[in-house]
Amino acid sequence: MPEPILQVRGVQKRFGPKVVYEDCTLDIYPGETLTIIGGSGTGKSVLLKMLTGLMHADAGEVVAFGTDITRLPEREMQPLRRRVAMLFQSGALFDSLTVEDNVKYPLREHGWGSEADMDARVAEVLEMVGLPGSQALKPSELSGGMRKRVGLARSIAIKPDVVLYDEPTTGLDPINIRRINGLILSLQERLGVTSVVVTHDMDTVFTVSDRIAMLHERRIAFVGTVEETRACPHPWLQSFIAGGRGTLADDEG
Amino acid sequence: MRTRLRDALEAFGSLCVLAGRAVAAAARAPRDWRAVIVQLDLAGIGSWSLAVLALASTGASLAMQFVSGLEPYGASLYTGKLASLGIVRELAPLLTALLVGGRVGSGYAAEIGSMVVNEQVDAIRALGADPVRKLVAPRVVACTVMMPLLVMLADTMGVLGAAVVTTREVGITAKFFVNQVLDTLWASDLLHGLIKSVFFGFVVGITGCWVGLRTTGGTEGVGLSTTRAVAVNAIALLVTNFLLTKFLLVIYA
Repeated sequence: MPEPILQVRGVQKRFGPKVVYEDCTLDIYPGETLTIIGGSGTGKSVLLKMLTGLMHADAGEVVAFGTDITRLPEREMQPLRRRVAMLFQSGALFDSLTVEDNVKYPLREHGWGSEADMDARVAEVLEMVGLPGSQALKPSELSGGMRKRVGLARSIAIKPDVVLYDEPTTGLDPINIRRINGLILSLQERLGVTSVVVTHDMDTVFTVSDRIAMLHERRIAFVGTVEETRACPHPWLQSFIAGGRGTLADDEG
Repeated sequence: MRTRLRDALEAFGSLCVLAGRAVAAAARAPRDWRAVIVQLDLAGIGSWSLAVLALASTGASLAMQFVSGLEPYGASLYTGKLASLGIVRELAPLLTALLVGGRVGSGYAAEIGSMVVNEQVDAIRALGADPVRKLVAPRVVACTVMMPLLVMLADTMGVLGAAVVTTREVGITAKFFVNQVLDTLWASDLLHGLIKSVFFGFVVGITGCWVGLRTTGGTEGVGLSTTRAVAVNAIALLVTNFLLTKFLLVIYA
């Protein structure tokens, strides 16, 4: 197996009195699609934000491309952000900007090239997410599914090596869910993008995953391939797979 | 008690850090002039009527108070001297800053606060940009530039308000009033108020943005930040005003 490109080693994280992670360890390998499942409020988004340096671990370390980013100052994060993009849960589009300016935002920040090059790239990624010609629209004119797709176009515009997806299909209709799943797969197949997908959606999990990691009791309790996951006797994991999500008691716990 | 003191110190520290970073970001080229102009428009053009109304009426009331207070000593002729000094050195800068601060600062807190809870501020960082440079610096620059202009307008309106009352109630001519004001007011008095207003503008911008960036917890948090911004802004302005007045009087002496 090749060297992992992202590593989480013994990470601890708390918010005030609430401990989110006690001893979290996870390796992510180049080219794979890893999904992270776990009940609501178990800090799945926090893990993604630590992977791209938006949040910092209290203890332990997060290593990206061989660099420890745990205590890296913000101004030295630029190269990391060029390689690791994140799709936020709500899309997190900038309301005041058009779709075009939203997608151009990272291109401008990372110095993509001339205005014409950027225009071409914007058209290209909007085509990829199935929204060609939507450049002039404002985010308020888009549906939830379209926002997520524009958000995805914005994330992949700079050709990152890794895309982190925070619940990419939550709240979408089945057609949009299938479309997003297809996009995750085609990014991996066509461009070799590494994906880390946080989701509740078992369809997504079994469609896109190479490996599955389960968050339980403030750590990664299980990591394995799809077959290993199906075969794993862990009762919580089986109830999650069967029910699409954990039981209510688990969710609240 | 000790934790509250620590929280307060931590909060003040983070405000100072943000102020430092905003100054550094504003000083660094290339500046985002388009964003600054948008903010200048919002802060200045939207606020001038407030400043005009507030100072015209306060100038008039102040003059009425002086007329009635000075009459028993036969000194109501000096109303113009006292009122114009009070307006230019103290009332116009402070009142304008408090009113504009309430309006503009809470707007900043609401806008940036919603961006925080919608993950847009995280998105700015994830896309390789700096929220302080993108959001805070243009607003702080706009406020700092606009406040002295608004205060000059407020100065004029305040003195005009006082002139109307004095000429009607004391029966002096407009010419006498104008001569008296010109005799009394030195460039240093105007400067005194304008120096204050530059600092006030900075305080208004930075506190609004600071409160917005510290927003947590959904729409409720945004509401809380909006009201908190008015309070934080007022306290910061009053403290700054006291310290600056003392400092400026020492310098002049």
